[in-house]
Amino acid sequence: MNKKSTLRRALSYTKRFIPLILLSLLLALITALITLYIPILVGNAVDAMIGKGAVDFRLIGTVLIKIAAVTVIGAVMQWLMSVINNHVTYSVVRDMREDAFKKIHSLPISYIDSHRHGDIISRVVNDAEQFSDGLLLGFTQLFTGIVTIIGTLVFMLYIRWEMALLVFILTPLSLFVARFIARRSHRLFMRRAQDTGEATGYVNEMINNQKVTVAFSNEENAVSGFDTVNKRLAKSTLGAIFYSSLVNPSTRFINSVIYAAVGMSGAIFSIVGKITVGGLTCFLSYAGQYAKPFNEISGVITELQNALACASRVFDFIEEKEETPSAKNEGKEAVGNITFEHVSFSYSEDKPLLTDINLDIKAGQHVAIVGPTGCGKTTLINLLMRFYDVCSGRILLDGRDIREISREELRKSFGMVLQDTWLSNGSVRDNIAIGKPDATDEEIISAARAAHAHSFIRRLKNGYDTPLGESGESLSQGERQLLCIARIMLTSPPMLILDEATSSIDTRTELKIQDAFSCLMKGKTSFIVAHRLSTIREADVILVMKDGNIIETGNHTELLARGGFYSHLYNSQFAGREQQ
Amino acid sequence: MKRVLSYLSHYKKDTVLAPLLKMAEALLELLVPLVMAAIIDRGIANADTPYIIKMSLLLVLIGILGLVMAVAAQYFAARSSVGASTKLRYDLFSHINTLSYSELDSIGDSTLKTRMTNDVNQVQNGINLTLRLLLRSPFVVFGAMIMAFTVDVRASLIFVATIPLLALTVGIIIAITLPMYKHVQGGVDKIFMHTEENLSGVRVIRAFCKEGDELSDFSQSNGELVRRQRRVGAISSLINPMTYVIVNLSVVVILNQSGGRVYSGDLTQGEVIALYNYMSQILVELIKLANLIITVTKAIACAHRIDGVFGVSSSIKSGNVTSGDGDAPAIEMRSASLKYATASEPSVQKISFTLGRGQTLGIIGGTGSGKSSVINLIPRFYDASEGEVYVDGVNVKDYDLSYLRSIIGIVPQKAALFSGTVRDNIRKGKSDATDAEIESAMRVAQAGDILDSKGLDFVIEEGGKNLSGGQKQRLTIARALVRNPKILILDDSSSALDFATDARLRSAISEIGDKSVIIASQRTSAVQNADVILVMHDGRIVAVGEHSELLRSCEIYREIYESQFRREEL
Repeated sequence: MNKKSTLRRALSYTKRFIPLILLSLLLALITALITLYIPILVGNAVDAMIGKGAVDFRLIGTVLIKIAAVTVIGAVMQWLMSVINNHVTYSVVRDMREDAFKKIHSLPISYIDSHRHGDIISRVVNDAEQFSDGLLLGFTQLFTGIVTIIGTLVFMLYIRWEMALLVFILTPLSLFVARFIARRSHRLFMRRAQDTGEATGYVNEMINNQKVTVAFSNEENAVSGFDTVNKRLAKSTLGAIFYSSLVNPSTRFINSVIYAAVGMSGAIFSIVGKITVGGLTCFLSYAGQYAKPFNEISGVITELQNALACASRVFDFIEEKEETPSAKNEGKEAVGNITFEHVSFSYSEDKPLLTDINLDIKAGQHVAIVGPTGCGKTTLINLLMRFYDVCSGRILLDGRDIREISREELRKSFGMVLQDTWLSNGSVRDNIAIGKPDATDEEIISAARAAHAHSFIRRLKNGYDTPLGESGESLSQGERQLLCIARIMLTSPPMLILDEATSSIDTRTELKIQDAFSCLMKGKTSFIVAHRLSTIREADVILVMKDGNIIETGNHTELLARGGFYSHLYNSQFAGREQQ
Repeated sequence: MKRVLSYLSHYKKDTVLAPLLKMAEALLELLVPLVMAAIIDRGIANADTPYIIKMSLLLVLIGILGLVMAVAAQYFAARSSVGASTKLRYDLFSHINTLSYSELDSIGDSTLKTRMTNDVNQVQNGINLTLRLLLRSPFVVFGAMIMAFTVDVRASLIFVATIPLLALTVGIIIAITLPMYKHVQGGVDKIFMHTEENLSGVRVIRAFCKEGDELSDFSQSNGELVRRQRRVGAISSLINPMTYVIVNLSVVVILNQSGGRVYSGDLTQGEVIALYNYMSQILVELIKLANLIITVTKAIACAHRIDGVFGVSSSIKSGNVTSGDGDAPAIEMRSASLKYATASEPSVQKISFTLGRGQTLGIIGGTGSGKSSVINLIPRFYDASEGEVYVDGVNVKDYDLSYLRSIIGIVPQKAALFSGTVRDNIRKGKSDATDAEIESAMRVAQAGDILDSKGLDFVIEEGGKNLSGGQKQRLTIARALVRNPKILILDDSSSALDFATDARLRSAISEIGDKSVIIASQRTSAVQNADVILVMHDGRIVAVGEHSELLRSCEIYREIYESQFRREEL
C-alpha cells in the first residue's frame, strides 16, 4: 500500500474520535498560548528591573502571581491532553488490531496455509505497536507544534515584524531537509518491518518445534539459522535508525543559524532603539520556541515514516482478498444428500489434483474414502467443509449448491474430527463444549464418557477445569483425539467427517468408543477416512481414490469381486498382516 | 538488567563515544546564552556593530561543530544499540535452545516468542534513545546549573534545590510505571497467543463456527491491553506537566529574588536574563526527557522479562561421558518414575526393564498409559524423578547430552516438520547427510514415493501443511534413520500409516540391523515380533514378555490383541 492511501486509511480509524481530537486540539492551543505567554510575563518582569534603584516591585509581584497561576493551568491542560491522546491512539490501534484479527477468519484458508504465521503475527503484534508509538508521538507533538508555530509567529510579528519575517522565511528550511531525509527513511523502515516479520516467523516456527530441535541435538543449526535472519534484521535496523536520526541534528543546525541571525539583527535594531533589551530577550526566546516545534515536527515526520511503513503492512493484510461472502443463514436443517457434479480442484494451477469427480450420496449413507496417502482424501474433506472452494463443477447438499448455503450453516451441519488434534488454550471443559458453549456439565460429562475421555480427564489435576495448551497440561496425541471426539459427541450434527479420527487411540479404547460412534453415526451421512479395514468394510459406499481421481466406487463385496485397485489394496494389506 | 547492560560492553567504543559527543554538543549549546549575553551586555551597550557580527558568526560556528558531533553521536548510538540488541536476541535464542523439555513446558511458547521479538525491540529502542539523550539531558541540566553559578551564586542555589526535586519526581514516576509496563507486555503475550492460536487452529475454529467467540476472546484481551496501556500512559504523562510546574515556579522564585538584588545593584538585568535562559534550557531538556523516560521505563520492563528467561537454566545438566560400555545392555531402567512439573501425580512409576543390544523392545498400552513418558527418559528429555536410567551401561545423567542424543534416533508422536525442502528436513537428523544417505533413509522409512513424486527439493510449508499425515510421519521416520542411530525409538509414530506400510517399515528397519529398537504402539501387530514387550497400564508395567507368552498370561494384552485381530482379520 502506498503512503498516501495508508495515511488516508489510518486517518479513517480516527473518525470516531473527532470530538476528542478537537478537544485535544483546543487543549493544545491553550497550552501553547500559555507557554508563549510566560516569556512575555518574564519579559515584563525583567523590564521592571532596569538597574540599581530602578525596580518596580509591585509590577513584579503581580507578574509573578500571574506566572504561577498560568503555569498550573497549563500543566493541567497538558496532562488532560496527554490522557486524551493516549485514549485516541490506543483505541485506534485496538480497532486496527481487531480488524486484522477479524481478517484472519474472513480470509480463504489457502492464504493461511500458504503464509508464514509468524509474519502475520508480527503484523498484528509488532507493526500495530510501532504504529501506535508513532501515532501517539504524532498526536502529541504535531498538534502542539503547529499551534506553537502559529502562536509564536503572531507574537513575534507583534514585537518586531521585520525580524519575525526573517524567522518566518528561514525556519521552514528545516522542513525541507526533514522531508528529504524522511522520504528515504520510509523505504528503510519498510525493509526493517519486513525483516522483523521474517525474524518473528523464524522464531515462531522454531519455538513451536523446539522439542524436535532438542531431540536431534540440532540446537547449533537452529541458532545459526537464526543468526542469518538476525543479522539481516540488524543491518536494516541500523540503516533505518541512523538515517532517520539525521533529521534532528540537521534541523537543529539550521535553527542555530537562524538564532544567530535573529540575535545579530536584534542587537542592531536595539542599538538604533527599535527594540528594548527586554523585548529582544523575549523575541530570542520566541525564536527558540518557534524553531523547537519545527525540530519536533521534523522528528515526527521521520517517526511517522516508521509508523506508516508498519501501518501499511497491517493494512495490506486487512485488505487481502477475502473469501467469497457467505450466503445468508436460512435455518434449514440438513438432510444429508450430497452430490458432486463434475468437481475439479487443484491447490495450484500447474498441479491438477481432483478432476471431474461425480458422486451421489444418499442421506444416511456411510462413505469410506480409501487410497494411498496423498491421493486427495483430505482435499475432498476440504471441499465439503468449504475450506476450499471447487475450481469447477459444484457440490450439492440436499440439492442446493453448497456455495449458496451460508458457511456457518454448512459447517454446523458437519461434525468433524481430524488427524490434526487442535486444542485451544482453554480448559478441558471449554474444549469439549467448543461446538455447544451452553452445554450443561452433565452433557459435557456424558459426551466425555461416550468418548471414553472421562476417566483420564478425572485423573488430571483439576479435572474438567484443567487448562490445556500453553503451559497447561500436555496430553498425548491419543488423549487429544479423545477430546476431539467428545466435541462431536456433544453436538451430534446431522453429518460427520472423520479423518483418521481414531488413529492415535489404542484399539481397546477404540472398540469401546465404537459403540458410541455407531450410535452417533446412525442415520447420518458420514465420510470416513480410515486405514482400519473393519471401518471400511462396513461402509455403504467405498470411494477408492488414486492420484486425485475416484477410480472405483461400490461396497466392499462389490469392489472385491471387481478385482481392481481396491481388491489389490485389500489383499496387499491382508497379506501384510499374514506375513507377521 | 545488569546482564542486558553487559551487552553494551561489546560495543565499548560506540557506547562511550555516543554520549560523550552528545555531551560535547550540549556543552557547545551552553555557550550560546553566554555569547548572546555578551552581545547584549557589550555589543548593544557599546553600540559595537562589528562585535555583534563577530559574535553572531561565532554562534554559526558553534552550530556547525554541534552538527558534526551530533551526526557522529547518532551513528555510534545506532551502532551500539543495534549491535547490542542483535547480540542479545542471538544469545536469548541460544539460551532458549539450552532449555530442556521441563522448562519449555513451564514457560510457555508465546511469551518466549514475544520476549524474543517485541521485548528485544523495546530494549533496542531504549538503549538507542538513552545513548542519545539520557546522558545529554542530565548534563544539560547540571551544566545549566553550573553556568548559573558563574552568573550568580545566590540565585544558583535555587537551581540546586530544583534539580533534586525534578529527579525525585521523575524517579517516583518511573518506580510506579515500571511494573505497569511489565503488565502491558504480559498483555502483548496474550495478543500473540490468540493470533497464533487462531492461525494454527483455523480449520477447527471454522468447522465449529467459533469465529465469533474467538473474536470476542481476542477483543477482551485486546481491550485489556489497551486499558493497561492507558492506565500507565496516564501516569507517565504526568512527567511533563509536573516538571513544567516545578521549573516555572523556580523561575518565579528567581525573579522574585532578583528584583531586590537588581534594586541594590547586586545583579544586572542581563544576568537575570541569563539565569532565566538557563532555567528555560532545563525546561526544554526535560520536555525531551519526558518521552525518553517513557521509552526507557518500557525498555527496562522488557529487559527484566528477558532477564527472566536467562534466569531459567536447564534442569538437565550435561555430563561428560562420551562412550558407553560395549558389553552392557543397550538400555536399562531401574525402578524409574517420572512426574511432570505441571502434573499432580507421576505419569509413570517404578519402570524396570533391560533391553539387550540389537534387540527390539515393544511398549504397548492404552491411550495415556505412559508409553511416551517411558521413552522421554531415555534421551533425557526429562530426568527420572526416582530411579535410574542406563544407556550402554552408563547412567544417562553422566553422558554428554549431545553424545547421548547423537546415538539415539527418535520419532516423536507428533510429526513436526520445518518449512524448507525435504532435504533440509531430513538433514535435521544429520546435518552433513549426503543425498544418497537421505534417499536410502527415505526408502527404509517407506517414503520412496515422496522421493519419486516430489523429490528432495520439494518445499515443505510451515508445519508440513502441504503434506498428508502419513507423508509427514514417514519423513519424520526418515529423519531419525538418517543419523544411523544405535538406538531407534518409534513413539507411536506409524499411526497414520496403513498396516501394510507399517509392516513393510518394520521389516525394512529390522533388515538394516545392528540397532536396538524401541517401538511404542497401540497395535499388537507393531510389537508382536519384538524380543521383549512391556504392557503398560496407568503408568505401570503390568506384564513383560514375548508375544505368545503375553497372549497366554496377560489379560490386557490379550484384550488389545483381540480387539485388533477381530477387527482386522475377521
